[in-house]
Amino acid sequence: MDRRSFLKGTAAGVALASSAPAVVGSAKPRVVVIGGGAGGATAARYLAKDSKGALDVVLIEPTRTYYTCFFSNLYIGGYRDFASIGHTYGKLASDYGIAVVHDWATGIDRDKKTVALASGTQIGYDRVIVAPGIDFKYETTPGYSAEASGKMPHAWKGGSQTQLLKAQLEAMRPGGTFVMLAPPNPYRCPPGPYERVAMAAHLLSQKNPTAKIIVLDPKEKFSKQGLFQEGWTKYYGDMVEWIPASMYGAIKAINADTMTIETELDTFKADVANVIPGQRAGHIASSAGLTNASGFCPIVPASMQSQMDPNVYVLGDSTIAGDMPKSGYSANSQAKVAAMVVRAELTGSRAFPAKFSNTCWSLVATDDGVKVGAGYEATAEKIASTGGFISKNGESAELRKQTYEESIGWYNGITSDMFG
Amino acid sequence: MQGRVLTKILGCFWLVCSGLSYSGNAEQGAKVFQACQSCHAIGAGADHLVGPHLNNLFGRVAGSLDNFNYSAGLRAAGANGMSWDAEHLDAYIENPIALVRETSMRFAGLASAEDRNNLIAFLRANSVGPSDIPESLPTSIPRDPDVDPQILAITGDPEYGEYLASECMTCHQSDGADRGIPSIVGWPTKQFVIVMHAYKSTARPNPVMQMIAANLADEDIAALAAYFEKQQ
Ligand SMILES: Cc1cc2nc3c(=O)[nH]c(=O)nc-3n(C[C@H](O)[C@H](O)[C@H](O)COP(=O)(O)OP(=O)(O)OC[C@H]3O[C@@H](n4cnc5c(N)ncnc54)[C@H](O)[C@@H]3O)c2cc1C
Ligand code: HEC
Ligand code: HEC
Repeated sequence: MDRRSFLKGTAAGVALASSAPAVVGSAKPRVVVIGGGAGGATAARYLAKDSKGALDVVLIEPTRTYYTCFFSNLYIGGYRDFASIGHTYGKLASDYGIAVVHDWATGIDRDKKTVALASGTQIGYDRVIVAPGIDFKYETTPGYSAEASGKMPHAWKGGSQTQLLKAQLEAMRPGGTFVMLAPPNPYRCPPGPYERVAMAAHLLSQKNPTAKIIVLDPKEKFSKQGLFQEGWTKYYGDMVEWIPASMYGAIKAINADTMTIETELDTFKADVANVIPGQRAGHIASSAGLTNASGFCPIVPASMQSQMDPNVYVLGDSTIAGDMPKSGYSANSQAKVAAMVVRAELTGSRAFPAKFSNTCWSLVATDDGVKVGAGYEATAEKIASTGGFISKNGESAELRKQTYEESIGWYNGITSDMFG
Repeated sequence: MQGRVLTKILGCFWLVCSGLSYSGNAEQGAKVFQACQSCHAIGAGADHLVGPHLNNLFGRVAGSLDNFNYSAGLRAAGANGMSWDAEHLDAYIENPIALVRETSMRFAGLASAEDRNNLIAFLRANSVGPSDIPESLPTSIPRDPDVDPQILAITGDPEYGEYLASECMTCHQSDGADRGIPSIVGWPTKQFVIVMHAYKSTARPNPVMQMIAANLADEDIAALAAYFEKQQ
C-alpha cells in the first residue's frame, strides 16, 4: 500500500511538474488540497468520491504516514501501540484517484491561482483548500523553541514528538517530576492536555508510582475540568497537582538545558517537561494572507470559504470556527461541508445547507471514558452551537466503559472517513 | 402497528391520541401475560428464564438485574439512564427493536393498545407499592408536539440523504461493519425513521445520537432513510 501510494504520488508529481503552472492538458476543474490531516484528507476523499471523476483532486502532504494526534494520549498511556495510530495515503490514490503529492506547499499565489511546492513545482488550481493544522506562537513560551522541543517535547503535532515524550516518561528516574506547561486558549483539542495528564499518570502509576506530575496552566479553568479532576484523584491519588497561572505568575523563562521553567513566583525543575506553546494557523495560511490579527483564518460559516478570497477554503485548526472547538472531529465535519460547496461550484452539483457536529472523547483511566459534544449551525456571524451534552461526575462504571468503547468506534469511523 | 409506535415515540400519548383510559385492568393483563410467559417469570419466587424476571419492574433501571446476560443495547440504554415506566414499557412491548438497539428480546410486539394497557397494569401490580407508582409519568418521554404521525409518508430525497449521511460516517462505517458503533446501512426506511425519531424525542437515551438527531428535520430523516436503505 505504501509503495503504491509512493509510486502514484511520484507519478502525479511528475505530471504536475510538466503541466505547471496553469491547468494545462486537463479540461477538468482542479482542486488542490494543502495538508492531509483530519480536514484535508477528508475533503480530498469526498471531492474525489462524490464528483466521480469530474474533478482533478490533488492532495499535498509532506509526510507519508499521518500519525493522528487523536488517540496519541492513549499511546502514551499504553492503550494503543504506535503503529495503530499511523495511516497512509495509499487508498486515496488507488481507490479514489487522488493525486497525492508528498511535498510541502511553500506558497499560494492567489492572483495567479497557483500553489508552489518545495520541489519548485507550481500547481494551478480552480479552488484551493487550506488545511495545514497549527503552528506555534513561541512568544507565549519565552526561551522555548523548535530546537528546545528535542529536549522538552510539545508532542502537540503527531508522530516523533509523541514517541519522544513517551520514551522520556518511561525512562524518568524513580520519584521524578513530570511538568506539563498547558497552552493558552485557543488551541487544538481543549481536553487534550488533561487527558494526557491522566494517561501519563496511568503509565507512571505502574512503572514509577512515586513520580509527581505538575500541570502549570495559563488558564484558570479548563475543558471537562470536574470530570478530569475527579478522575485524577480517584485513580492516581495525589500524583497530579494542577496549578493555575494566578498561583505561579507569568512564565519568565524556559530552559531546556537546565530543565527548568521559571515563573514570576516560583521555579519548577522537571525530569521530563512537556511544553505546549500557544497556537496559530499553520504557517502556509498566514503566508498566503488568509489569517487576521488573531493568527487564525476567518471563514464564511455556511461554506468554510475564506473571507479573504472566494477561491480559497480553509478547514480545521487553522480556522476561526465560531463555537466549534479545534478538533479532528470538527475538521472532518467542516471538510464535508466545504467539499459539498466546492463540488457544487465547480461541477454544478446540488448545494445543501451546512451541518456541523463535534464530540470529544477522553480516556481518564482503564475503561473510564468521558465525552463532550454539540451540534452546530451556520448563522450569518458564526458557526453557532445548537446545544450539546457532557458526561457527568459519578457516572456508573458501565456507562464509562461504554463511552470508551464508543470512542474506539469513532476512531475507526473517522480514520476510515479520512483515508478510505 | 409501527405507525402507532411512532405516535408514542413522537410523544403523542395514547391518553390523548387514542382516548383509552390510562389505568388498565390487571386481571385482563394477567391473561395477556401469556404472550410473555414462555420467556419471563413473574410473581413470588420468579427467576430468570430466557428473559429476566419481571418483578418490581417499575422504576427499575433497564438491563440492570444481576445474573442475567442482557444485550449490549439494553445495558447501554440503562447505563444512559433509561428506567422502566409506563411509556417506555408501552413502546418496548409494542416494538422492542424500535426502543432498544439490537435487543435480544425476540418478540414481534403486541399490536393492541388495549392489551398493552392491561398488561402494563398487571406489571404495575407486581411492582413494589403499586399504588405509589404514578399511572403515567408525563415527562418521562419528552414530547415533540410539532411532529406529525404523517412524517412516515414523507418521501426522502436520496441525493440530499447522501450529503447528510456524510456526517454519520464520522462514527458509523460506510461498509456496514460494526467496529464499535452499530451498522446503519440497508435498513428498511420505516424502521430507520422510527429509530431516528426515538433519538430525537430522547426516548432512546444515547446523548451522542440525541445530539445528532436534534439537528435533523423530518425531511432530513426521511432523506437519510432513503439513502441508507440503498447502501450495503
Ligand atoms: C494530544 C492530542 C489529542 C487529541 N485528541 C483528539 C481527540 O480525541 N478528538 C479529536 O477530535 N481531536 C483531537 N485532537 C485534535 C486533532 O488532532 C486536531 O484538531 C486535528 O488534527 C486538526 O485537523 P487539521 O486538518 O486542521 O490539522 P492536522 O490534522 O494537523 O493536519 C494538517 C496536515 O497538514 C500538513 N501540512 C502542514 N503544513 C503544510 C504545508 N505547508 N504543505 C503541505 N502540508 C502541510 C501537516 O503535515 C499535517 O499532516 C487531539 C490533538 C492532540 C494534540
Ligand atoms: C422469546 C422470548 C421473549 C418473549 C416472548 C418476551 N420477552 Fe421480554 N425479554 C426477553 C429477553 C431475552 C430480554 C432481554 C433483552 C435484552 O437484553 O435486550 C427481555 C427483556 C424484557 C424486559 C426488560 C427487563 C429488564 O430487566 O430491563 C421487559 C420489560 C420485557 N422483556 C417485557 C416483556 C413482556 C411484557 C413480554 C410479553 C408481552 C415479553 N417481554 C416477551 C425475552 C422475551
Ligand atoms: C459521534 C458518533 C456518531 C455519529 C456522528 C452518528 N452516530 Fe448513530 N450511533 C452512534 C452510537 C454510539 C450509536 C449507538 C447508540 C445507542 O446505544 O443507542 C448509534 C446508533 C445509531 C442508530 C441505531 C442503531 C441500532 O442498531 O439501533 C442509528 C439508526 C443511527 N445511529 C443513525 C445515525 C445517523 C443517520 C447519523 C448521521 C445523521 C448518525 N447515526 C451519526 C454514534 C454516532
